[in-house]
Amino acid sequence: MQISRADSVRIGLLSVVLIGLSMGPYWADRGTMRLLIEAFYFLALAQLWNLLAGYSGLISVGQQAFVGLGGYLLFTLTMFAGLPVLLALPLAGILTGILAWPTALVAFRLSGPYFAIGTWVIAEVYRLSFAQISSLGGGSGISLPTDIVRSMADGRSARESLTYWIALAIMLAVILGIWALMRSRVGLGLGAIRDNEEAATSIGVRTTRLKFSVFVGVAAMTGMIGALIFLQKLRITPEAAFSVNDWSVLVIFIVVIGGIGSLEGPILGCILFFVLREFLADLGSWYMIILGVISVGIMLLEPRGLWGMLNRKRSLTLFPIARRSPKLKSLNQDTP
Amino acid sequence: MSQLLKIEDLDAFYGDFQALFEISFEMAEAETVALVGANGAGKSTFLKCLTGLLPTRGQRILYRGNNIAGVPAFKIARQGIAMSPEGRRLFPSLSVKENLMLGANVGRKGQWDLAAVQALFPILEEKRDIPATLLSGGQQQMVAIGRALMSNPALLLLDEVSLGLAPVIVRDIYAALPKIRTGGTAVLLVEQDIGMAMQVSDRMYCFQEGHVSLQGVSADMTRDMISTAYFGREKEVQ
Repeated sequence: MQISRADSVRIGLLSVVLIGLSMGPYWADRGTMRLLIEAFYFLALAQLWNLLAGYSGLISVGQQAFVGLGGYLLFTLTMFAGLPVLLALPLAGILTGILAWPTALVAFRLSGPYFAIGTWVIAEVYRLSFAQISSLGGGSGISLPTDIVRSMADGRSARESLTYWIALAIMLAVILGIWALMRSRVGLGLGAIRDNEEAATSIGVRTTRLKFSVFVGVAAMTGMIGALIFLQKLRITPEAAFSVNDWSVLVIFIVVIGGIGSLEGPILGCILFFVLREFLADLGSWYMIILGVISVGIMLLEPRGLWGMLNRKRSLTLFPIARRSPKLKSLNQDTP
Repeated sequence: MSQLLKIEDLDAFYGDFQALFEISFEMAEAETVALVGANGAGKSTFLKCLTGLLPTRGQRILYRGNNIAGVPAFKIARQGIAMSPEGRRLFPSLSVKENLMLGANVGRKGQWDLAAVQALFPILEEKRDIPATLLSGGQQQMVAIGRALMSNPALLLLDEVSLGLAPVIVRDIYAALPKIRTGGTAVLLVEQDIGMAMQVSDRMYCFQEGHVSLQGVSADMTRDMISTAYFGREKEVQ
């Protein structure tokens, strides 16, 4: 395979960032690492929501249902089933995916804005249900017992490094997975569904099965991220686990300001979000108001977000997914 | 010639509103049939029934001897009925080439592939990496027809190909029809332009208010017969 100059720049840039990030525990202090872990899982959640809303047209505001489920499943599997944390983590994701199946059966009876509201309602039902389970602490929540935490790795710094690498690995798996998916025939089918579902089904795209699979797959990954989030926080409450603010509103903010329907957009959005939070977090409720004003402003200026602004000509790309014709590619290279 | 499509007494509804009444319809393999009628006569509704976009469960739409009434749309597409829909319905976020490739999604083999479609409409090769909806109306129509052809259909449905296009462009598009027919593809075209419909089809149906008001061999039809069938009795009263 021939590698163009643009490709080698791209690969070089990505490898520098990747190597830098994977060495994190060796150069970052505890506070920075905690911040990076948070950035990794927010970016992973944003990419997953982008896959649902930006690539498949499924606008859900109920992804907190799966974050919460994953978190609670991790606590249940480690505390009551006695499973090791590293096994419980992926298992929590798989079980969340299985529970997403009946959830999707209900949610998919609705479409458009009703689907969005429906997913939110379902997430609230999960929140209220978990508040009823007294063995998981009911409404006031529960902490992960120290012996389970200690069993993960020797010492706090080893545990934090492990959590860091898991978060990084999940984020990379999500991004690369979505990239591969969008380059495949499945990605083409999803794009068709988003653009026009009726036209897609009449040219033979199995719209319902495809949307269903994406929803369940995204839920499973979201559940695994949820498990990781509450493994890091060491404490879970129904309010935190099923928070629409944290796991839907902020995630949607990241995707919308960054640029919906691209892989690069959520990365930009995530960086901007964390910068804003560092400077504005002390402002209390003004912080949320400012975030709201920024997202409205960006939507008015450029519906394709920051990435759309930077990339008006659609010529830049970090993750090329369009199926370019080889002939045209060589034409591009000929022109200086 | 063997029978491709046989429909008897097809009714179709939008909620409580009945759009088609006891439609009987036949088509042979490789035949070209034109379907004409005024706005609201039920032409597009009829095509939606054939492609599975409207519920027809419990009725009889025999396609190559199998009843496809109530079969989901994506399965009908896989059995070889493809439509170039009214208003074209291209995928705006995808390029011309991606739109065409989606047509091959059904996995039917045959003479139509990307190269063959691009040979039929050479402009589609030139514009292959441009978002499909940035093309001119006529070029978009070519994408819609090409996308349908990519599935190598046994029956191609063309809904209002000439809608909103300049006559010279309509002529260009219809110039492709003989090449499509030589491959053995049957074509059912819905057309407002009666002259064009008569010229290119073997047989014609005229719908009026959800009923078949006229059918027969195109060459035997006169404009008077069609306009009576088109507008009903009101025309004679005036």
